Amino acid sequence: MLKIFHLAWRNLTRYKRRSLLTGLLVALGVIAVVVFGGLSESFKGLVVGEITDSMLGHLQVHRKGYVSSIENLPLDKNIPAKAYEKLRTALEGETAVSAYSPRIKFGGMLSNFETTTSIRLNGVDPDREDRVVPDLRKRITTGRRTGPLIEPGEILAPELLAKGLNLKPGDTVVLVATNLDGSVNGITLKVAGILEGVTGPGGRDGYIHIQDAAVLLRLADLEVSEVAVRLKDFDRLDESFTRLAAAVSSLKNKEGQSMFEVHTWADLSPFANIAQLIDIMTIFIKFILIAVVLVSVLNVMIMSVYERVREIGTLAAIGTTPGKILSLFLAEGLTLGLISSVIGALAGTGLLWILNLIGVEVTFGRNKVYTLMPSVELDQLIYVCLIVVLISALASLQPAAKAARLEPVEALRHV
Amino acid sequence: MALVGLRNVGKRYQMGQVQVEALKDVTLEIGKGAFVSIIGPSGSGKTTLLNLIGCLDRPSQGSITVAGQDVGGLTRKQAALFRGEKLGFVFQSFNLIPVLTVAENVEYPLLMVRSMPKSERRSPVARVLEAVGMTDQKDKYPDQLSGGQKQRVAVARALVTNPSLVLADEPTANLDHKTAQMVIGLMKGMRDELGTTFIFSTHDPRIVDQAETIFHLSDGALIDK
Repeated sequence: MLKIFHLAWRNLTRYKRRSLLTGLLVALGVIAVVVFGGLSESFKGLVVGEITDSMLGHLQVHRKGYVSSIENLPLDKNIPAKAYEKLRTALEGETAVSAYSPRIKFGGMLSNFETTTSIRLNGVDPDREDRVVPDLRKRITTGRRTGPLIEPGEILAPELLAKGLNLKPGDTVVLVATNLDGSVNGITLKVAGILEGVTGPGGRDGYIHIQDAAVLLRLADLEVSEVAVRLKDFDRLDESFTRLAAAVSSLKNKEGQSMFEVHTWADLSPFANIAQLIDIMTIFIKFILIAVVLVSVLNVMIMSVYERVREIGTLAAIGTTPGKILSLFLAEGLTLGLISSVIGALAGTGLLWILNLIGVEVTFGRNKVYTLMPSVELDQLIYVCLIVVLISALASLQPAAKAARLEPVEALRHV
Repeated sequence: MALVGLRNVGKRYQMGQVQVEALKDVTLEIGKGAFVSIIGPSGSGKTTLLNLIGCLDRPSQGSITVAGQDVGGLTRKQAALFRGEKLGFVFQSFNLIPVLTVAENVEYPLLMVRSMPKSERRSPVARVLEAVGMTDQKDKYPDQLSGGQKQRVAVARALVTNPSLVLADEPTANLDHKTAQMVIGLMKGMRDELGTTFIFSTHDPRIVDQAETIFHLSDGALIDK
């Protein structure tokens, strides 16, 4: 086997310029896949990380029907206290769950005594919320960033509203909300911090303590709008989702119907569509790489066979079997693909390292600048190289088979 | 028993609408250790006859026996294995592999055809290179050699597997007279030393005299011996 690859290498170096150009083309294709893959994965990872770690959590559990009318923040679709207790037991029994946080979501009016504006709010348990969305406090641009996330009597005001109402930490505001019965209630709160907005629904919501939310909405028992869940291993999201959905679906109401529905972050954030588009683009670039490899290796191998017909006749005449002639040409294509892809993978990784040093900044959303930290996993590099080698083998197969099928007597006559 | 035996062998080619009869009813026998020349003008069927004996082509009629094997019905793979085992070839244009050195060209049949381990390859390669006087040039590539040197390497490659029969199609056509005489002399010396049978085609009258047996072809038919 080694001798075949040794001879294949010698033959590749016979037409140095042609092999070099083809190899360069293949290597450039691999570089494009590695660099685009690294950049897009880094971008996706940053945005998804921000969405899940500072806002949505990995999964959310709602009462059935809540998500379909989530824009209205319907209080009548809250999870009742007894059902929440059952849900808590189920979540605590699930090994994949790292933490969970109940939230009361509602709409209200926020006033600085001069101006009033509408606001969407989350009433949260600060300790639990801190564990489910640890990066929420990173969004606090001004105000307290250490200690409890939020205390009773405090509000974390969203940046845009804070600007409109000219709020700063320490200011007093009035929050007015309508409860389920239609009666209006209000409480006075102190601004604990200003929250930077993030992409997606809920990215411009304010936060108050869950006790304040219950008091404002006159909730006798602790009923919640949603329970955000953080998993121990985000990479096993699909598997954990299936397990959690199965566990939760066993919780029935009096009518014997499932009470809850589970959603992943992707079901709740429109960024999932952008992430999907990025994935499609990555696949598209891989297809272009496949086409480049296929055409260039096929071309170089067809030329190679055409130019060496008499040599093939000689090899056959001195006893080389058709199978070995096929192997010789197949090995040539494989060697070209393997060397080019390894060089491309190394160059691509090097380029990503340089990009990391330089720091690539991407603006996304409302003037939000992300500094990408592109990287590539070893298994991804191996996967790309394997694709190239496989396509090189496929591209070489037809010319190699043609070489093996040549009649020695015809081949020897070839000029 | 003869090493090569042809019985009523014919070969027809289809060239477009025309059928060409390249060989007509050839019957001959060549003994072991013979030094044979096939002569005749261009188009007389010399190459066709050598191709048939060398299992590079199949006859349209008749039977061919080489080293006790009826070679007419061999598959392509069987024919390749048979050639690797029993035959050696020397071509008019030398047909050395340009990416291999002299030693590697000679080594090729042992490595790729016989799959011999390196330790066993060294000795026969050195022996034939020594015999053809190319030991000093063993690390050169074919494009660094003269025509005569190339043909000596080709002879060494043909002999390295110690074949029963070496077929040489116009081996001196691309060589000057002096070099041609030297190559034919070398082949004859090898025959004397190793007992290998040589059949070569030529239309050069100056080297025909070196042959011990001459077959004369004209228009595909054997007309004289």
